[in-house]
Amino acid sequence: MSEPNTNAANSKNALEAPRILIENFDAWYGDFHALQNIGAKIAANQVTALIGPSGCGKSTLLKWMNRMNDLVPSARSGGTMRIGDLDILAPTTDVVALRRVVGMVFQKPNPFPKSIYDNVAFGPRLHFKISQADMDELVEWSLRKAALWDEVKDRLRKPALSLSGGQQQRLCIARTIAIGPEVLLMDEPCSALDPASTAKIEDLIYELRANYTIVIVTHNMQQASRCSDTTLFFLQGKVVESGPTQELFTRPKLKQTEDYVTGKYG
Amino acid sequence: MNRGLPIPSALEQKRYRPTGSARRSERIVVALLMACALGTIALSVLIVLMLLRESWSFFSSPNVSLTQFLFGTRWTALEVRDLEKVEFGIWPLLSGTLRVTGIAMLIAWPMGLITAIYLSEFASNRVRKILKPSLEILAGIPTVVFGYFAVLLISPGLQWISPSFDTFNATSAGIAVGILCLPLVCSLAEDALSAVPTSLREAVYSLGGTRMNTALNVVLPSALSGVISAMLLAFSRALGETMVVALAAGTLATFTLDPRQQSQTMTGFIVEMLKSDLEYGTVQYYSLFGVALALFVITFVMTLLGQLIRRRYREVYQ
Repeated sequence: MSEPNTNAANSKNALEAPRILIENFDAWYGDFHALQNIGAKIAANQVTALIGPSGCGKSTLLKWMNRMNDLVPSARSGGTMRIGDLDILAPTTDVVALRRVVGMVFQKPNPFPKSIYDNVAFGPRLHFKISQADMDELVEWSLRKAALWDEVKDRLRKPALSLSGGQQQRLCIARTIAIGPEVLLMDEPCSALDPASTAKIEDLIYELRANYTIVIVTHNMQQASRCSDTTLFFLQGKVVESGPTQELFTRPKLKQTEDYVTGKYG
Repeated sequence: MNRGLPIPSALEQKRYRPTGSARRSERIVVALLMACALGTIALSVLIVLMLLRESWSFFSSPNVSLTQFLFGTRWTALEVRDLEKVEFGIWPLLSGTLRVTGIAMLIAWPMGLITAIYLSEFASNRVRKILKPSLEILAGIPTVVFGYFAVLLISPGLQWISPSFDTFNATSAGIAVGILCLPLVCSLAEDALSAVPTSLREAVYSLGGTRMNTALNVVLPSALSGVISAMLLAFSRALGETMVVALAAGTLATFTLDPRQQSQTMTGFIVEMLKSDLEYGTVQYYSLFGVALALFVITFVMTLLGQLIRRRYREVYQ
């Protein structure tokens, strides 16, 4: 497998210390062997796109990175998955501590039926003991970072569900970064949004990678090519090709990859 | 590649059913459905009209004053035959009903809600498969059994704890009514909690929240309207509960806050009056319709309140 980095500024750093290291990783749902012998290095401060046809296991990999698969009783895994020194898969790993570091944004915007402010403050209230002024500051910072502040600053107490779909998704991003994660997992974050909202989220993803390591699952080839640095192509539970996004899209090594990224198949 | 397929005869000959007959039969079915719906409404209206007419015979009597009925603290319809001396003040009966219902809700609300939260957020599938049917069995027990349960088990138990309890008292009846309402609160509240989308639970977990955070900070507030209407429904159910109180709460209409005393409730009085040897047509007899009307007004207001709360919270959460 080739080294997952193109970004010249990041390349050295990424080679030395991948943010997330995955080796010989397998995952099952009951008897179904969903992922087989996955190896990948997710570089820090880059956007890594996971692409592939439906059912190829890319969402499964994402959901193991913050152990959301703990909620699925039949889900099992084997192999290595580490973030820094933290062993993600160990049964003894404190998932609360893990999820402080690895945040997640879901396919459909899922704001709580609370006010805009309370949505962003929800995570901080679980993890920090801070004054109201500090909380206000944190909420504003998160909303600014998620490029939503200007649209909602006058109605922070209004229900989050009164926002449009794209605004709700940016609110969910603000809510996720409000607890200070280092990694952001995004599971098809734009699939429920219109093109204009999608463009805004993509711009946001591109900007956020300066501060976060981002892993994004997407079915949208343009999206992967526009906003990711590295791409992993999945097929039937295996990573069949991976590498710098531009290379993988313009000079794919495998016929299957070429067919998929050009839209002939999938 | 499919061009050579022969067209099926049904499509080729366009053998459609005549459209008229379908619409005609549909119209008949709709008319039947509407007749059933209207029948239900008509029955409810008839019952209310009958209640109003009969209670008019009571309220229009020169021996009855509305002020005394609404504010009086003595009710002697069963004991006093002399029309000049009999007193019709609703408060002893109303306070009896409220005492029993209050005790019942002290049991049914917290236990029902806690059970519902446990079932919907914490229990494994296996536990849920055992617990839910058990609760449904509880809901199927005839109320008369709860009445005997109160008299033969709860009352002696209470008297063992403190001899100051009467044999028939508000507490034992209240506890039995509470247990009776438990499945109602639990299953309706559980429905409301399970209706909260899974995506919200995932959001809490992804933010490093625990199951307890999920249940108390997100699921319960999101399902609040449904939970409150479940509680109000149980309240109305307890207000109207008859058999348990007729057996266990006693026959003395007392105006008190003491839950150890006999407490005739509104429904309990109606039963006693129907069983008593007072003749049909006496003012005392008609007083039961006055009580029934008062009970109807209270439960009606509770239902309206439930609707109002549900609508209010729905607006907030949309």
